[in-house]
Amino acid sequence: MKHARIRLPGEAEIHAVLVNDDHSVQLADGRRLAEDAVEWLPPAEGTVFALGLNYADHAAELAFKAPTEPLVFLKSPATLTGHRQVSVRPDNLLYMHYECELVVIIGKTAKNVKREQAMDYVAGYSVCNDYAVRDYLENYYRPNLRVKNRDTLTPIGPWWVDRDEVANPASLTLRTWVNGELRQQGNTSDMVFDIPYLIEYLSSFMTLSPGDMIATGTPEGLADVVPGDEVIVEVEGVGRLVNHIVSEAQYAERQAQTV
Amino acid sequence: MKQGRIVLDQQARRVTPLAAGKLLLDNGNPLADQPQWLAPVTGTVYGVALNHRSLLDKLEADFQQPPYQKAPATPVLFIKPRNTHAGHGSTIALPTQAGKVFAGGALGVVIGKVASKVEVEQALEVVAGYTVVNEISLEESSFYRPAVKAKCRDGFCPMGPWLVDAAALDPLNVEIRSYLNGQLAETNHSRDWLRSVPQLIAALSQFMTLQPGDLIIPATPLRQLEIRPGDTVAVEIDSIGRLENRLIAEESAQ
Repeated sequence: MKHARIRLPGEAEIHAVLVNDDHSVQLADGRRLAEDAVEWLPPAEGTVFALGLNYADHAAELAFKAPTEPLVFLKSPATLTGHRQVSVRPDNLLYMHYECELVVIIGKTAKNVKREQAMDYVAGYSVCNDYAVRDYLENYYRPNLRVKNRDTLTPIGPWWVDRDEVANPASLTLRTWVNGELRQQGNTSDMVFDIPYLIEYLSSFMTLSPGDMIATGTPEGLADVVPGDEVIVEVEGVGRLVNHIVSEAQYAERQAQTV
Repeated sequence: MKQGRIVLDQQARRVTPLAAGKLLLDNGNPLADQPQWLAPVTGTVYGVALNHRSLLDKLEADFQQPPYQKAPATPVLFIKPRNTHAGHGSTIALPTQAGKVFAGGALGVVIGKVASKVEVEQALEVVAGYTVVNEISLEESSFYRPAVKAKCRDGFCPMGPWLVDAAALDPLNVEIRSYLNGQLAETNHSRDWLRSVPQLIAALSQFMTLQPGDLIIPATPLRQLEIRPGDTVAVEIDSIGRLENRLIAEESAQ
């Protein structure tokens, strides 16, 4: 099953919904609404972990050696947005790129979990686009929040799918299209630290809770995106997340209209 | 006004202080027992590293070397996630095989309004109030990569007990005192911070919308207050209150 969180236009209430095969959503009260009739929100609520340099090819692309220990950073709710939303490219930039990633959704409290049992703690999977503004990179707590935790720059969703519907999460194709053109392609089999490793690692020094999300890193194939671009990230068997890039001025205009 | 959050019958409840350490519940009833305290806020906790002169002076030469190459141009930020949040009086488990652990006596600036791209001059208008924080951390030998392992352990961000109104404090003139087993061990003053609270609110809200209940830790000093299992650590700020926690060894916590 596919699980999502949505809002109806003009309403504040958040609905936890199931998603049908045609991407319409099923509300608890029986209503069925089309994909384009709802506002898609991030599919879970919890601590968001993200991995840097977790695909050997991507690390090489950025002229880094793959790390010997997971490079983990955190995201706050401020940066998250849902399916079919917009992301803002700051003005006067040289380089902002997408990153297609498989997201693991934690389903039960995990502390000191060994890799053999790690998959028992997974509720399911989602997709995120972990945009980065490379102009703002600094060598302190790198990648710093100004690069990775900006408003609107982490679309996630559209939904999460149950763990057991994904036969082998270690063999999924990831793809990114910009304006319909395939720009990034990789496979989760190329992760440096796989999902069981990451759960064992994180739970060795902190408690993971239901709703926590681990964005597992991105393969090679990054490119600049600009206002007007449609960016679609897809993880095979999990979902396809649509996003549009807007300028600061366009975003301010949209915000003014919704208030 | 001061308020705190406690657990009563498995529910989060608000309390206010009465005379002589007694507490008043949110329904008007007095509270006879000392409660189990919760962190006074439930939003995102952002910390600012390398904002204290004691640290900057020590690291100035290092900043010109690899991997840093140059001093930070913008505030160096980190997040204390929900598993680190804890209340006054909570017992905190310290790892015994992960090197030294340090207390981080700090102010907590609590946001009261949705804040995006706030100017320095208006920044204090979005502050709901202040609390006391102990930003506990393992020793950091490098500031190059995010300090998740050092800073994000369970219970490593006790806060409280009180949230005081913004008017109760001048964030440009705050003294933070840390005590180890009852002895004053460290004093940290806002005059030693590179960036002030209004400057930090402006800088953070430039790219992240702050929400009511979010909290900013503006600075922690150079780590020199080592804490060990068996210790009691307290952080105190005049006109807010005293946050006290006992430390145990991680193994005995399980």
